[in-house]
Amino acid sequence: MMLTTVTTELAGQLATHLTGPVAASLAETGQTSTGEAVLFWFLAPVMVISALGLLFAKKAVHAAMGVVLVMISLAILYVAQQAPFLGVVQVIVYTGAVMMLFLFVLMLVGVDASDSLVETITGQRWIGLLLGVGLAFVLVGVVLSAGDLAPTGLDTANADGNPQAVASVIFSDHVFAVEAVGTLLVTAAVGAIVLTHRPRLTPLIGQRELADARVAKIGEGGVVTPLPAPGVYARSNSMDVPALGPDGEPLEQSVPRVLRVRGQERGVGGVRAEVDDELRHEIEGHDTEETQR
Amino acid sequence: MSPLVTAVQAGADFSNDTWWIVLIKAVGIIVFLLLSVLFAIWFERKVVARMQIRPGPNVHGPFGLLQSLADAMKLLLKEDMTVRAADKVIYLVAPMISVFSSLLVFAVIPIGPEVSMFGVVTPLQLTDFPVAVLYILAAASVGVYGIVLGGWASGSTYPLLGSVRSTAQVISYELAMGMSLVSVFIMSGSMSTSEIVNAQAPLWWFIPLLPAFVLYLISMAGEVNRLPFDLPEAEGELVGGYMTEYSSMKFAWFFLAEYINMLNVSAVATTLFFGGWRAPWPISAINDGMFNTGYWPVLWFGVKLWFFMFLFVWARGTLLRFRYDQFMKFGWKILIPAALVWVVAVALVQGVRRFADVDLRTLLIVLGAIVVVGVVVSMFIPEKAPPTEPEGEPEEFDAFADGYPVPPLPGQTLPPSPRRARVTVEATVTASEPTAPSADEEDPRG
Repeated sequence: MMLTTVTTELAGQLATHLTGPVAASLAETGQTSTGEAVLFWFLAPVMVISALGLLFAKKAVHAAMGVVLVMISLAILYVAQQAPFLGVVQVIVYTGAVMMLFLFVLMLVGVDASDSLVETITGQRWIGLLLGVGLAFVLVGVVLSAGDLAPTGLDTANADGNPQAVASVIFSDHVFAVEAVGTLLVTAAVGAIVLTHRPRLTPLIGQRELADARVAKIGEGGVVTPLPAPGVYARSNSMDVPALGPDGEPLEQSVPRVLRVRGQERGVGGVRAEVDDELRHEIEGHDTEETQR
Repeated sequence: MSPLVTAVQAGADFSNDTWWIVLIKAVGIIVFLLLSVLFAIWFERKVVARMQIRPGPNVHGPFGLLQSLADAMKLLLKEDMTVRAADKVIYLVAPMISVFSSLLVFAVIPIGPEVSMFGVVTPLQLTDFPVAVLYILAAASVGVYGIVLGGWASGSTYPLLGSVRSTAQVISYELAMGMSLVSVFIMSGSMSTSEIVNAQAPLWWFIPLLPAFVLYLISMAGEVNRLPFDLPEAEGELVGGYMTEYSSMKFAWFFLAEYINMLNVSAVATTLFFGGWRAPWPISAINDGMFNTGYWPVLWFGVKLWFFMFLFVWARGTLLRFRYDQFMKFGWKILIPAALVWVVAVALVQGVRRFADVDLRTLLIVLGAIVVVGVVVSMFIPEKAPPTEPEGEPEEFDAFADGYPVPPLPGQTLPPSPRRARVTVEATVTASEPTAPSADEEDPRG
């Protein structure tokens, strides 16, 4: 266990520590260094396999784990490319919050392989295909147009520090888009709350209200404490026999109400009579007992 | 500018580190964590015992110090079971995820200033980078996957309930925790742990940022599933929660992760709010800050760390577990709004100080005046009258309005249950009568 923990600790810190110079050399030379190439060729197959796992896994939780692996590997690649803020936030937001919510829903609803695959919206697949092709076009277009860009280098971009650089891009160049997306998300959240909210028909009865009601009923013979437990006797310890109070009288309250309503309560006298019967049998001998049975 | 204002200071310098220095630090951290866990188990049992006026473990070794070793050996020698309904791979991986991600956090905790280690001048910290505190949050959020997956993979009801509770807990309490840390970032001007410690040279942040500190203290107990927030493993409700189906070493890994996580959040509290490795005030002034150099700070760091560990044990010995709905209400309706308000307030104050040339004293006086005026005004606002019950006769309730069974509307009352009206049955049955009632009297259950 020691060895494995040491290696993980090392791997965790190497990913963040050693990649600094790696990425710096990338910025200077415009070429991928050996370290980064090794990291990429190690992580890329992991990512592809776990992404395929999302498609082909039979259990929903396994698919979710595939996505988590992809996200964490992506985060490591981001950090390797001198974007530590992006990498870490990716893990916090997507792995820590979004996927956690997914898992929460999966566990609550219990999605499994037996779920029906019937379309709920007519033409769902064709619309999905169309949108997928559209997205593919956009992505290919972005990749093609990226070839013309003249990169300024990571050192220029991260001149004031990585988080500061990200902040200045988000909150100056793209502030309108960020605010618009934020407003949209808040609207969606509020909308979900409004749609699922139901007015309460009866007032909420909490611990406080229950306690108040109990105390208010003391005058009418109510009790604040729990009701007495049923009686335990030498020949009976079931719930249908009342306990005896300090005055020697049976306590009606000690037998559950349901039993009393159904008439399934036995009196203390009943138990005593049974005992008397038994004793009489003992005294009178076996033949009497057998005739009674 | 007043001493509260902190310019962005340089963080720790790792340029001298060689590979063997890194190795020494990494191994040192692991050894420190494992030994601390052994000590923490003994410490917790001993302190709780003292709080309950009993001696606690006192058989194995001096003061019972070897008790946790004995516990560990017992766990090692137990039968390692895998339940048949378990999802094998995830069942095995889950405890590992917990332990591995808990080991990651200490990599960015500054345990001391620059020291000379075998002739190399290096900070007593494995690594640091501009978003080190966010990295801690990320490691913590991955660690929860161990609990969630372990509960799910056990293929059993109580563990599943434990893991569902755990997801809900993480989603709600990590928000409050993250936001309580934001005010530290704003004051320090950085998210790097060594820079945050440097920024606390004049004043530890728990004094000016007391509300954020309190919020962090509460949410850190929620983060590591300790009382009063140990709902994922509530033994009174869920048997053992997410680790019900785990035994032997796999259980021990969860146990280890829980205690390392306690050390982690205590170390974060020390670093962000208690000045990290800095000596407390009267000591820090001795001999021109002699106790803030060399290996001395390791002592202060340890003292502060174990102070927070003591708080955990104290809370465990004192507080009761929250009811689940109270716990959720507390998180969403008190902690998160309070954290939001505090972050906005700190951001406003820092913004005013930065962009307007206002003296800090004037600013604080103005803020104090605003608070006092607010409190006085709030005293004149009449209290909201309790909601009055609707007056008059309750409406007649038709249980089958329009031919469908319908619930009562507000103002309508349900007629008394017919079953309740049957309390007239004779309660005491004499011995001559049969004890069971005849079949037509029997009321079907439910």
